[in-house]
Amino acid sequence: MSVPEFDVDESRWSDLQAAPAAERRPAVAAALRAVLPSDCVLSADEELRPYECDGLSVFRTPPMLVALPRTEAELRAVLRECNRLQVPVVARGAGTGLSGGAMPHAAGVLLSLARFNRILQIDPVARTARVQPGVRNLAVSEAAAAYGLYYAPDPSSQIACSIGGNVAENSGGVHCLKYGLTLHNVLGLRGCTIDGEPIELGGGALDTPGLDLLALSIGSEGLLLIVTEVLLKLLPRPQLAQVVMASFDDVGKAGEAVAAIIAAGIIPSGLEMMDRKATAAVEPFVKAGYDLGAAAILLAESDGTPEEVAEEVAAIERVLQAHGATAIAVSGSEAERLRFWSGRKNAFPAAGRISPDYYCMDGTIPRNRLGHMLKAIEQMEHKYGLACMNVFHAGDGNLHPLILFDANSVGAWERADRFGADILELCVQLGGTITGEHGVGVEKLNSMCVQFSPAERAAFFAVKRAFDPPGLLNPGKAIPTLARCAEYGRMHVRHGQLPHADLPRF
Amino acid sequence: MDSMDAALQQLRHRVMDADGAGAALRLRGAGTKDFYGEHCHGALLDLRGYHGVVDYEPSELVITARCGTALSEVQSLLLQHQQFLAFEPPAFGGDPTIGGVIASGLSGPRRFQAGAARDFVLGAVLLSAQGELLHFGGKVIKNVAGFDLARLLCGSLGILGAITEVSLKVMPLPRMEQTLFLETAAPEALALFNRWGGEPLPISATVWNAGRAWVRLSGAPAAVRAARARLGGELLDDAEALALWNSLRDQTHPFFSQAGGLWRVSVPSSAAPLATSAAQLIEWGGALRWCAGDSSAAQMRALARSAGGSALHWRGGSSGSRFDALSPAVFEIHRRLKSRFDPRGIFNPGRLVAGL
Repeated sequence: MSVPEFDVDESRWSDLQAAPAAERRPAVAAALRAVLPSDCVLSADEELRPYECDGLSVFRTPPMLVALPRTEAELRAVLRECNRLQVPVVARGAGTGLSGGAMPHAAGVLLSLARFNRILQIDPVARTARVQPGVRNLAVSEAAAAYGLYYAPDPSSQIACSIGGNVAENSGGVHCLKYGLTLHNVLGLRGCTIDGEPIELGGGALDTPGLDLLALSIGSEGLLLIVTEVLLKLLPRPQLAQVVMASFDDVGKAGEAVAAIIAAGIIPSGLEMMDRKATAAVEPFVKAGYDLGAAAILLAESDGTPEEVAEEVAAIERVLQAHGATAIAVSGSEAERLRFWSGRKNAFPAAGRISPDYYCMDGTIPRNRLGHMLKAIEQMEHKYGLACMNVFHAGDGNLHPLILFDANSVGAWERADRFGADILELCVQLGGTITGEHGVGVEKLNSMCVQFSPAERAAFFAVKRAFDPPGLLNPGKAIPTLARCAEYGRMHVRHGQLPHADLPRF
Repeated sequence: MDSMDAALQQLRHRVMDADGAGAALRLRGAGTKDFYGEHCHGALLDLRGYHGVVDYEPSELVITARCGTALSEVQSLLLQHQQFLAFEPPAFGGDPTIGGVIASGLSGPRRFQAGAARDFVLGAVLLSAQGELLHFGGKVIKNVAGFDLARLLCGSLGILGAITEVSLKVMPLPRMEQTLFLETAAPEALALFNRWGGEPLPISATVWNAGRAWVRLSGAPAAVRAARARLGGELLDDAEALALWNSLRDQTHPFFSQAGGLWRVSVPSSAAPLATSAAQLIEWGGALRWCAGDSSAAQMRALARSAGGSALHWRGGSSGSRFDALSPAVFEIHRRLKSRFDPRGIFNPGRLVAGL
């Protein structure tokens, strides 16, 4: 490679990674206790343990300290102290993330936003909610319900996950095919940069002068700023929703039916697929009434006015029949609709019920490659000797293969990890991406080397430096260094060829 | 090497030469938005030579096109499959390039319901100051790998580099559209727009001007008919309705050709009517308020700010900066982004932010 395109000082980055600095704890704790009430700083080992991992528990390390500020002024003071002392800061919401994005930095402060848990305002006329980042996703819709409004993005973890975490990951959910991701439903952010200065991006008006830093900040995994307030768009709750459930005797046919629904000009509010292993795992658990004889089932939801839903459901049924559905059922009541969904929403816990451990993947591929991907996953199951059950946000091509393993069995996690990396690599080959909605975190750093060139990764670091010049916010996450990718390339020789032969080798 | 490869190589060399010499470039497609943004100087870099649709799979709802592709070409291809760009990009009476559409990030009447241009950007290729082609985002709807630089480029007016290719999410055409018309004063119209916005109605565009309001309904025929019964008003015939919304999108509507300055005031939809004597046209359910006349910049900016938004000097009138000033913290991030992506300041200097 020629001259590095962006001025990125990676040595500094590695220093942060390397510094153990447990001996710094008393000094940093004292600095934080000088600006926070003493119950807002945790430093005892047993107090730190609950924070040592997020929803991806295979990656864990206790933080040096936990700070729990209650106000923006306190939060700014924490950032100023960390900046002054050059201590890394990792933000954490509800800790439900699935990519290790909130895994602590061993020599850093874990900044919990749990106490930023107030809904500041619901404006039913402008149809917005101004909330603090620690507010739970579902709590927003609950508060807006009195006005016939709701917040559309609904990640499966919505009873627990926080809005701040949703912003950090650009979370999706079952309904984002029609209603968009977090990005499409956040109007504005207020936050603080590492120097403790407040910053406002976007807002209640739709135009903002300058570059779209709001879009850039959503999904930035805590690397750019700490969010203190979020302005959310609320939508009128649809009058009616109905789900069509269809069985298929072949996963390829189910995949074709998905493409055919879209090609017919229908955008269902949700379009999900589960394979036989997934339905078999959830059915005894939730009794959703799934067809256990089917190779795959599809769930397609239509919402809107009763007239609109009737029209769309009929159209969906026609397409499903024409594409070989072996059985079709339409929810006849709200209770039945929720029952149809219950299996899909409980797929992860069901995996946990049938297997000691599971590893959830999150790649996205073009819809028309679903069949190809499923066949490849089947081969990988043999290759790694591990089973995999598949649930997909089929409408947008986002896959959640759940690799089943037993962490107590020697080498099983390593096999699951390689199995997952293989799936992600295939996602990239098929024209997709390594993460649709869970984020890169620490988990997919190596896969980032496969998806992006050194120059592209340097551009990401340039963005990081523009927001966070000292590189203290969530360091080591989301973007792999050149050195790490070189190392991964060395370990990962495929077909006798190194990926990215243009990488410098050290 | 085919002709498009050659065109791309040529662009790369123009950029690398300019970077080597530290000479400014003015990136341009069809020039339909030459009026837009701050004044900017530099040698013209015409991006129309790199054109053509690269990939379009209707069932994937994604189209990928090179920057110089004419918007009309994209639109007619989509129309063959009953699809469209739901953000309704303005053509301003010409035929813009898709690169210019995304670099400007402007959206038409459907913006408040369907989303803005940036909401439909899935991926972009950036030609950097060093002549490298950087791919951000991709061709799939859900993608959170890496910072969202593809969407950052939307509306960047070329200050970070040249967009050479974009992938956009497309949508099926609504099966039915109807436009209703009613006579009402501005405050009542704003109240109606905001009240209807909180109900599950298929409203896809609104406009108010000079005592009259128009509302467009889009969607399933059953939903459109039910909404029409609910909202009342008079039905406009289809040809008239199409002409109306196109004239608003492209600003060929007579309101936009008045003498004097034209201000684009962006405020929350529920903001009270602006206290100005300027003639007004209100779009986006109340969120976009055009003001025509010779109001002073200070007055317009103060009005917009007190209503919780910003004012953009769109065209005509006196000189002075077009966009509202950025806060110091936001400006500083802009400055650092610009200095890292375009260290020698060759791309559209000053077009989006004075001094950058």
